[in-house]
Amino acid sequence: MDDTAIKIENLTFFYNSDEEGRAPEDVLSNVSLNIEKGSFIAVLGHNGSGKSTLARHLNALLLPKGGAVTVFGMDTKDEELTLEIRRRVGMVFQNPDNQIVSNVVEEDVAFAPENLGIPTPEIRARVDEALKTVGMYEFRTHAPHLLSGGQKQRIAIAGVLAMRPKCVVFDEPTAMLDPQGRRDVMEIIGRMKNEMGSTVILITHHMEEAAMADTVVVMSDGKIVMDGAPREVFTHVEELESLGLTVPGTVKLMWELRKNGVDVPLGALTVNECANALAAHFQSK
Amino acid sequence: MLKDVTLGQYFPGDTVIHRLDPRTKILMVIIYIAALFNAESWISYGVVLIFLAAAIAISEIRLTAMLKGLKPIVFIVVLTSLLNLFYASGDIIAQWWIFKITREGIKAAILMAARLIMLVMGTFMLTYTTSPIMLTYGLELLLNPLKKIKVPVHELAMMMSMALRLIPTLIEETDKIMSAQKARGAEFDTGNLIQKAKAMLPILVPLFLSSFRRADELATAMEARCYHGGENRTRLNVLKMTRRDMIALILGVLVLAGVIVLARFGL
Ligand SMILES: Nc1ncnc2c1ncn2[C@@H]1O[C@H](COP(=O)(O)OP(=O)(O)O)[C@@H](O)[C@H]1O
Ligand SMILES: [Mg+2]
Repeated sequence: MDDTAIKIENLTFFYNSDEEGRAPEDVLSNVSLNIEKGSFIAVLGHNGSGKSTLARHLNALLLPKGGAVTVFGMDTKDEELTLEIRRRVGMVFQNPDNQIVSNVVEEDVAFAPENLGIPTPEIRARVDEALKTVGMYEFRTHAPHLLSGGQKQRIAIAGVLAMRPKCVVFDEPTAMLDPQGRRDVMEIIGRMKNEMGSTVILITHHMEEAAMADTVVVMSDGKIVMDGAPREVFTHVEELESLGLTVPGTVKLMWELRKNGVDVPLGALTVNECANALAAHFQSK
Repeated sequence: MLKDVTLGQYFPGDTVIHRLDPRTKILMVIIYIAALFNAESWISYGVVLIFLAAAIAISEIRLTAMLKGLKPIVFIVVLTSLLNLFYASGDIIAQWWIFKITREGIKAAILMAARLIMLVMGTFMLTYTTSPIMLTYGLELLLNPLKKIKVPVHELAMMMSMALRLIPTLIEETDKIMSAQKARGAEFDTGNLIQKAKAMLPILVPLFLSSFRRADELATAMEARCYHGGENRTRLNVLKMTRRDMIALILGVLVLAGVIVLARFGL
């Protein structure tokens, strides 16, 4: 029990509809999920499947209409605990422009600790540390709107790290970035999990990014339809494709080969694994 | 073309002026405006101008940035100067139809233009050298006594800093939408006023809609970062008045006093 970071039990949610008389549709129905401390979970799903809605329940931005979400032992419905929950579960959003609050980098990173009433000298220490972690320390006095998308997103991450959260939820953080920005952000996420021991929840469209996770959760129409280790989930090629998701190229290659009678293992995720598996197969012949 | 809008822009730097307490700078601007409106003669305008020029020189703000900021007010400056030029009475120098140009009129026109330009430049000095967060922090502290009569000082300050934060983003976005519309054949620079206004509509509508989405997302992001109003908030940079601020304020008060004394002697 102590190992649980976030516990989602039978979560049901709908947005109140603007039109009167129309019954609102459930955006999340009966979602249950256990997220262990220090784990890395990727959430996949087509547009509108409820990923962002689920994410917003993890730091009490939205409250369950049915069921419960418990974060480090705290029920999100308890309003007294909202701040305690939010300081433990940081959130990075898709659009870097819409989450930066200041015209100066370091003042933006300081925003959360300031809200938490942290003493000034410690804010300075946290801001410097967070900016160094994301490699943006030299830019601390710059204006964020003059930086690249990837740099802005790194600042948004620093702004969350300055809270010293135990868990960070990333809601499609790379969707608006160029390949370089995407690599930088993924590298930071990897370090947060491996070196800092943070619990990471990554919502993404990119199978290659999801492949880095310990567990992949696939959502469709407000329900969890698959979950398991990436190499296990990705073997369900046809199911994933019917949900509007594309599997990594490597998995697809192995799958097509198998379909045509070549006996290779399905679980090869990286290009290296894929090449090794192919080499092993043809050498054994 | 929208890149010319410099309102709310901040040029980071490390000069004495940048390092002044924002409260000092806000008070200085008020003192400066008071001096400007008490100035009546060439001499007193000269005194205020020297004060402004010195501030610009010390702040290392490029003059081109200063001049760019004036663009939006060119029309108002010209209009008010013309009104002053024709509506003053005194020695007539030239006359044509109903228009009379007087010596006093010329002086009034030049001084009015100078007053407006210096007014704008002076206030730009404040926003150019003070980060928006510092500016609103200073304002919040200066207005703090009003909290006693239930004025939501923190909320007002936060609103202002968000507005300043969003201006560069909105300008960028407007530019993007305009390029997109231009690529589809829209023309913004031709036609009469009504045609121009009509051409602006396809820009304003998407801009308006996206502003709502932006505001909504920004509010969510602020909440996610534990924003809960001004209660128990601390600051990365704490404001402290130093000797430097005292010296600056005394200088400002001296300029104001000088101008008032000059006006007393009819100068
Ligand atoms: N603020 C909102 N008000 C009403 N409906 C919403 C709101 N946000 C999302 N929805 C609806 O909820 C569903 C799930 O959206 P979302 O959680 O954003 O999905 P995803 O992040 O997977 O794309 C969609 O059908 C969407 O239209
Ligand atoms: Mg989403």
